[in-house]
Amino acid sequence: MLSIENITHSIDAWLNGKFSPTVVLLLESVIVGLCVIGLFAVLGLVLVLMERKVSAYMQVRLGPNRVGPAGTLQTVADTLKLAMKEGLTPDGADKLLFNLAPFLVIVVAMMILAPVAFAKGIQIWDINIGVLYITAISSLSVVGVLMAGWASNNKYSLLGAMRSGAQIVSYELSAGMSVISIVVLTGSLRISDIITSQQDGWWLFKGHIPAMISFIIFIIAVTAETNRAPFDLAEAESELTAGFHTEYSGMRFALFFLAEYVNVFIVCAIAATLFLGGWMPLHIGHWAGFNRVMDYIPSSLWFMGKTFFLIFVIMWFRWTFPRLRIDQLLNLEWKYLLPMSMVNLLLMTVISIEGWHF
Amino acid sequence: MNKEELKARLEEMLPSPSFEEGAEWTTVLLDKGVWEGFAREMRSAETLEFDYLFCVTAVDWRTHFTMVYHLTSTTRRHMLVVKVRLDHDEPVIRTVSDIWRTAEFHEREAFDLFGVVFTGHPDLRRLFMTDEWQGWPLRKDYEDPVNMIKL
Amino acid sequence: MIEELGTTEQGDLVINLGPQHPSTHGVLHLVITLSGETIRKVEPHLGYIHRSIEKMCESLSYRQFIYVTSRMDYLSSHINNHGCALCVEKGLQIEIPERAKVIRVLMDELTRLASHQLWWGAMAMDVGALTPFFHAFRERESINDIMEETCGARLTMNYMVPGGVMADIHPNFQKKVKEFVRYFNTKIDEYDELVTDNIIFKSRMKGIGYLSPESAVSYGCTGPTARGSGVSCDIRKLYPYEVYGRVSFEEVIDGGGDCFARYNVRMQEMRQSVSIIEQLIDNIPEGEFQAKTKAVLKLPKGEFYSRVETARGEFGVYIISEGGTTPYRIKFRSPGFSNLSALDHMARGHKIGDLVAIMGTLDLVIPDIDR
Repeated sequence: MLSIENITHSIDAWLNGKFSPTVVLLLESVIVGLCVIGLFAVLGLVLVLMERKVSAYMQVRLGPNRVGPAGTLQTVADTLKLAMKEGLTPDGADKLLFNLAPFLVIVVAMMILAPVAFAKGIQIWDINIGVLYITAISSLSVVGVLMAGWASNNKYSLLGAMRSGAQIVSYELSAGMSVISIVVLTGSLRISDIITSQQDGWWLFKGHIPAMISFIIFIIAVTAETNRAPFDLAEAESELTAGFHTEYSGMRFALFFLAEYVNVFIVCAIAATLFLGGWMPLHIGHWAGFNRVMDYIPSSLWFMGKTFFLIFVIMWFRWTFPRLRIDQLLNLEWKYLLPMSMVNLLLMTVISIEGWHF
Repeated sequence: MNKEELKARLEEMLPSPSFEEGAEWTTVLLDKGVWEGFAREMRSAETLEFDYLFCVTAVDWRTHFTMVYHLTSTTRRHMLVVKVRLDHDEPVIRTVSDIWRTAEFHEREAFDLFGVVFTGHPDLRRLFMTDEWQGWPLRKDYEDPVNMIKL
Repeated sequence: MIEELGTTEQGDLVINLGPQHPSTHGVLHLVITLSGETIRKVEPHLGYIHRSIEKMCESLSYRQFIYVTSRMDYLSSHINNHGCALCVEKGLQIEIPERAKVIRVLMDELTRLASHQLWWGAMAMDVGALTPFFHAFRERESINDIMEETCGARLTMNYMVPGGVMADIHPNFQKKVKEFVRYFNTKIDEYDELVTDNIIFKSRMKGIGYLSPESAVSYGCTGPTARGSGVSCDIRKLYPYEVYGRVSFEEVIDGGGDCFARYNVRMQEMRQSVSIIEQLIDNIPEGEFQAKTKAVLKLPKGEFYSRVETARGEFGVYIISEGGTTPYRIKFRSPGFSNLSALDHMARGHKIGDLVAIMGTLDLVIPDIDR
């Protein structure tokens, strides 16, 4: 069967036959890098278009429909426009930090992609501490946001950055707790192990109610971490105009924009990996026939389907809910989500030790 | 309280009030000196309770200014119009913004457009016009060749 | 006066909200003093759209000046025109035909509905929900279509003239209004489902921007702002004009005093407006739509004051006539101006997000404030 796994293996074998291992590693890094950049571009285009279409249908309008068939090339046109615009740097800004911030944000987003498994056998780096790596790197993105807010020399940006700092640091805790509750079940931090452990059913269903609770908490927390409505206080259009990226224009603004969407993709991919089995098809216990049928659907489709479903859910949030206030936001985390996820983690541990999960 | 009762009540409170006849609502002409004390009194006086100042404006009569205060009571629903005559060269009057808070903005407006000075006003600055604006636009003798279009 | 830039001596941050800002809905400029996220002081700077309409009106005839007032509170232009027409009629002492009265009230209520719909959308947008705005505009569009057919314009209608209305209603008017009312009755429940009952929305609104009845009266607040504080001030009820005395409707009063009370008052007012329209739409009397007036209107010497209830509160027109063809002095008492003066009082001690929510419930229209 022709699958992406076979293609990558054949490329690897062919390269190994031609060059020495060091050169192979270098060449493969270059290929992977190009793939990631390509993926970024495609994701940006697709997700922005998707957001605009989803919001349009929720808001009783059509959305982009002029450029290309059914408006599919709208985002390409938008990107072209942004690329041609002048990237302004405000006079009083800290030039170095101001210019560095968008790149930092985008680099962080790229780095988290490393351990994500896109399909069976398609993973850039199957590191043994995959989950820890993801949580560690994702907390770096706040540095970029703070940098942008501080360096802009604009009060709105500063307020936005401060909000964002408080928000991301707080919600990291619940997100981390939810991740750990799955790690407790699997007993491994390696992404591939977590996926394999879901061969006979996804953790969302196998882990009883605690798994569902941690799934919901995870979705809430990552929505907050990616600064999406109803937690978009860092940008809060009606309060802070555009928050931390008020002063950015042209391609630098586009990088922030892209990073937001890529981050949404990544967190949804992680949620799909941890709770919905990643690329693993829907398997139910010992229903061999059913499982066989499900296996015929390619693993990459499973992964993308789950991820895009979660992305849709997060977009749905954005176009339905009003925004929280900063103190309500922090209350929600520290008074409700964090204690809940702590108790939940305890429950999960008990379930895991007693072996009550399926 | 109807118009007659209100008139009688005001005659009790004021030494020699002069009323303007023919208007829709009871209209009393007051002296600048009497106004402030009377305002405070009628804000809380029993049976009057003029707690709601709904319109404050100035009128330029070329020879003098008139400050016009439209008052009503949210409990008793009677209306009173108070007019205070001001000197044209030196329009100064005591503020009532400490009695009715709404007067703070309305008096700033009157200052901005007519140049009426309210003593004791907490924040008497230009409201609509820019801070460096010269002249008082709503006065009858105001001329502005640039911004004004004559019909 | 606080510094326009930088920080105050106490170390509080001073920021300029506006004149160009997504939540000020126009060119309102607020200078806010912040301690962290908490508001210490809000100072409105007005005048970015000041056209001195009062001065302009001094050189316009009694027929002409009405059209300028459409440009003040452009969301309830009908009602502004109505107030001016009433004041001129008071001076001329003419009685307008029954048909014109009913048409005027119908138009007023349609305007009020359209204005409240726009407010609802903008209000939800202020607290961060973007979708309601489009839903509100969908409904507002059908009102605008009705207006366009009868008045020929969609925003600044200029339909009211001294003595009645400018033209008779369009033959389709009754049919279309009835269709709209039927349609809107289902949509208003959707409004409640989408926004009113949302838990985040409620927590953003309840207990925010408290205005006591005493302060509401003292600040001269009117309309839904004052009624949200439990002050009865509906001109339509207290001093009925046209046919308001004969239709049955309730003055919506909510004693909560917070943002949610003001929100609730406006939502209920929409239902009351629909009920007024339902009562009148089948009962438009036959007859003239305009009283006979002279070509050139001259008001007798004297002073005339008329009050009407716009979507934002009490709108007063004060005309001083010297007996000529133009007013000697004209004063517009606009509801937004007084309501805005209470903003500082309400916003102190709250967060920036609350300030935006409070401004939303005040329903500020900047040309109405600046005039």
